[in-house]
Amino acid sequence: MIQIVDRSMLVPNIHLLTLEAPLVASKIQPGHFVIIKANEKGERIPLTVADWNREKGTVSCAFMQVGRSTRKLAALKMGDEVETFVGPLGKAIDINRFGTVACVGGCYGIGSIYPVARAIKSAGNRVVSLIEARSRFLLYWEEKIRQVSDALIVSTSDGSKGEKGHNSDRLREMLGEGQSIDLVVAIGCTFMMYAVSEATRSFGVKTIVSLNPIMVDGTGMCGACRVEVGGKTKFACVDGPDFDGHEVDWGLVLARRKAYIRHETVSEEAS
Amino acid sequence: MVKVASNKTKMREQPPEERIRNFEEVPYGYSMEEAVAEANRCIQCKKPSCVQGCPVEINIPEFIRLIKEGDLRNSIRVLKETNVLPAVCGRVCPQEEQCEKYCILAKKMEPVAIGRLERFAADWEAQQGDAEIPRMKKPTGKRVAVVGTGPAGITVAGDLIQLGIEVTMYEALHEAGGVLVYGIPEFRLPKRIVAREIAHVCRMGVKLIKNVVIGTSLTVDDLLKEYDAVFIGSGAGLPWFMEIPGENLNNIYSANEYLTRANLMKAYRFPEYDTPIAHGKVVTTIGGGNVAMDSARTALRLGAKRSIVIYRRSRNEMPARDEEIHHAEEEGIVFHFLTNPVAYHGDALGMVQEVECLRMELGEPDSSGRRRPIPIEGSNFRIPVDVVVVSIGNSPNPLIPNTTPGLETGKWGNIIIDEETGRTSKKGVFAGGDVASGAATVISAMGAGKKAAKSILQYLRDGKW
Ligand SMILES: Cc1cc2nc3c(=O)[nH]c(=O)nc-3n(C[C@H](O)[C@H](O)[C@H](O)COP(=O)(O)OP(=O)(O)OC[C@H]3O[C@@H](n4cnc5c(N)ncnc54)[C@H](O)[C@@H]3O)c2cc1C
Ligand SMILES: Cc1cc2nc3c(=O)[nH]c(=O)nc-3n(C[C@H](O)[C@H](O)[C@H](O)COP(=O)(O)OP(=O)(O)OC[C@H]3O[C@@H](n4cnc5c(N)ncnc54)[C@H](O)[C@@H]3O)c2cc1C
Ligand code: SF4
Ligand code: FES
Repeated sequence: MIQIVDRSMLVPNIHLLTLEAPLVASKIQPGHFVIIKANEKGERIPLTVADWNREKGTVSCAFMQVGRSTRKLAALKMGDEVETFVGPLGKAIDINRFGTVACVGGCYGIGSIYPVARAIKSAGNRVVSLIEARSRFLLYWEEKIRQVSDALIVSTSDGSKGEKGHNSDRLREMLGEGQSIDLVVAIGCTFMMYAVSEATRSFGVKTIVSLNPIMVDGTGMCGACRVEVGGKTKFACVDGPDFDGHEVDWGLVLARRKAYIRHETVSEEAS
Repeated sequence: MVKVASNKTKMREQPPEERIRNFEEVPYGYSMEEAVAEANRCIQCKKPSCVQGCPVEINIPEFIRLIKEGDLRNSIRVLKETNVLPAVCGRVCPQEEQCEKYCILAKKMEPVAIGRLERFAADWEAQQGDAEIPRMKKPTGKRVAVVGTGPAGITVAGDLIQLGIEVTMYEALHEAGGVLVYGIPEFRLPKRIVAREIAHVCRMGVKLIKNVVIGTSLTVDDLLKEYDAVFIGSGAGLPWFMEIPGENLNNIYSANEYLTRANLMKAYRFPEYDTPIAHGKVVTTIGGGNVAMDSARTALRLGAKRSIVIYRRSRNEMPARDEEIHHAEEEGIVFHFLTNPVAYHGDALGMVQEVECLRMELGEPDSSGRRRPIPIEGSNFRIPVDVVVVSIGNSPNPLIPNTTPGLETGKWGNIIIDEETGRTSKKGVFAGGDVASGAATVISAMGAGKKAAKSILQYLRDGKW
């Protein structure tokens, strides 16, 4: 059993859980994910890590409450336990000297992009972070991210804070103005990652996205997480979850996310 | 000589029309009288040929003789001398290709039902409460890590702990047992049987750590720093797909995913359990092995009106156990032999709707000795489907080899071992079971575990590699 040592609601619907998991904490790298299962009857769901503390042996995940499993997690209190917390899983993001890197986050990905920006920054790169939310009350961790970035650009759909629009709009403007960006890394909702990839495509700027398909084991054993990248089938949990956004078959990613739409309704009604 | 009944004593079963609506085990097992009657069919050969067909060389006539005499306590002891999982093997071994194939009676009539008797003795033991803890050797101070808790890992752990070696088993999933818990369905192998075996090795002192993926949470090299030797029994868990158009449509599963959702995650009890599974009216399984039979029969129990198996060769070449094919036929599974999918077609939402197939004919035997299926040009036809389960094989997961420098692998990603000792190319690291052989059987994984345990002991004594 894994204990929750801290929990908070970051903004409405997005929560941060900190768990005591020394083994995971000792190995985790930016881009890795974990699988968490709340209790005996729970589902195994993947979450990216938002932060960790190797000394204290803790790992934090930011997640958005979207359905039954994430609601179960959101209902957990400090001192409660989860049955399963396994990781690190997937491949870590390749951290190198790239030059200027745009670290892009939205919804839960604002949390997940933080350790990526931190690592890329400390490897000696110039980091421009871009985060977005529907409205300003849904933004979080601005200060945290600012501290590991050379610049932070905030967008909101309703224009209540920062620029109006989306991360993808900002990238299109920046690249259109001739700003040099050597790499883009985007984490968050599928549609945001898709939009970002489309924005950078014509500029030929390499764009890494962290795909979030439905998973079961997270170790390459089931194939639930199949995605197509560059025309080839990949298992996102072991071959990814990070892929070149320009090569991803986004239609398939979106369709496969909806495989259990009917069940999800039943599940919501049952709980 | 007494006259021997020419047929096996029948084992009572749930009737097909009833059992396809539940996940309870199909056969009920023998009563004492039935078991004795069957045991009496064994003529106690002086040179028993059955034993040579058993991969772990159980003393078959002896355990059967003890059943005849009603001495079940000693019968189970004889079984357990060489087979730590008789309740499992009695249910899932392909006896028709092993012991029973070689039974002398098989020349003239049905062989002795060795598997059913093995199951009977093991189930009797389970009814008596916890299994006996065998005599344990003095602690040697040596420590071994076992990766994976399938039959190979359980065997190694069970053998070494009795020899005074401290054993820790690491399991990636949240439940121990390997394919026995995530793959083979409840109606064929009740999970309480596997849980009991795991509990037994733990009672002997084996430490079990779940939810740790070796290769990522800890590497084999990390383990070698803490343990004197490592055994890798991580199975053959990587599912194959055919790589044909449309295969990534929704509701096309690998058998691993379909069975894992149903068994390990208990999706058949959704929404009480949170994990969903697609319930189609027409479910089509691709393949002809045990895994395919398990998938097709699971589909029925999940409410499919029609469960179809598509296999590219004919019934004779099907690698599944006889009993599974027989049960599948009784349950009304529809077989399309000499048929092979070439593409899937879906609707606007990306849900699979049709599988497009080609008819096949059999040509010359191939390297497996079975006749090679050859597609008949232009014979394409389509079958409407709601769910597809691809069950064409598995190979070892590359996670461990990829993160373990110095560990050699073969063509299919299998870890290369010395067959006799289970030694890999890396000092202190042993392997066995499906990860070395490729997808095989429970008993062969156990056999490999036995050999490895012996040579691990030797290595811990002399340190020679
Ligand atoms: C590698 C990986 C990392 C992930 N990291 C995180 C993370 O750090 N934080 C986080 O909140 N989620 C993350 N996800 C997604 C997360 O696993 C799912 O949100 C979760 O499984 C939903 O479970 P549920 O039962 O609550 O909702 P369900 O009932 O399964 O889903 C409810 C509805 O929400 C939709 N939905 C679910 N998740 C998303 C999403 N991310 N984007 C768009 N629509 C979605 C579903 O399609 C469905 O319609 C990650 C996924 C992967 C594969
Ligand atoms: C559906 C199905 C039906 C079958 N039916 C039969 C049958 O009727 N008769 C028969 O004899 N055989 C049958 N088999 C085959 C048989 O189950 C296998 O040959 C046998 O289980 C192999 O045992 P193993 O110990 O090598 O591996 P497995 O049973 O595969 O166990 C391996 C274990 O290692 C764990 N693991 C993997 N990677 C890691 C890692 N990196 N770190 C930690 N743990 C890890 C896995 O989670 C798993 O628990 C069937 C197989 C399937 C899939
Ligand atoms: S070969 Fe058949 S009859 Fe002879 S000992 Fe074995 S089981 Fe009994
Ligand atoms: S989640 Fe099962 S293979 Fe990726």
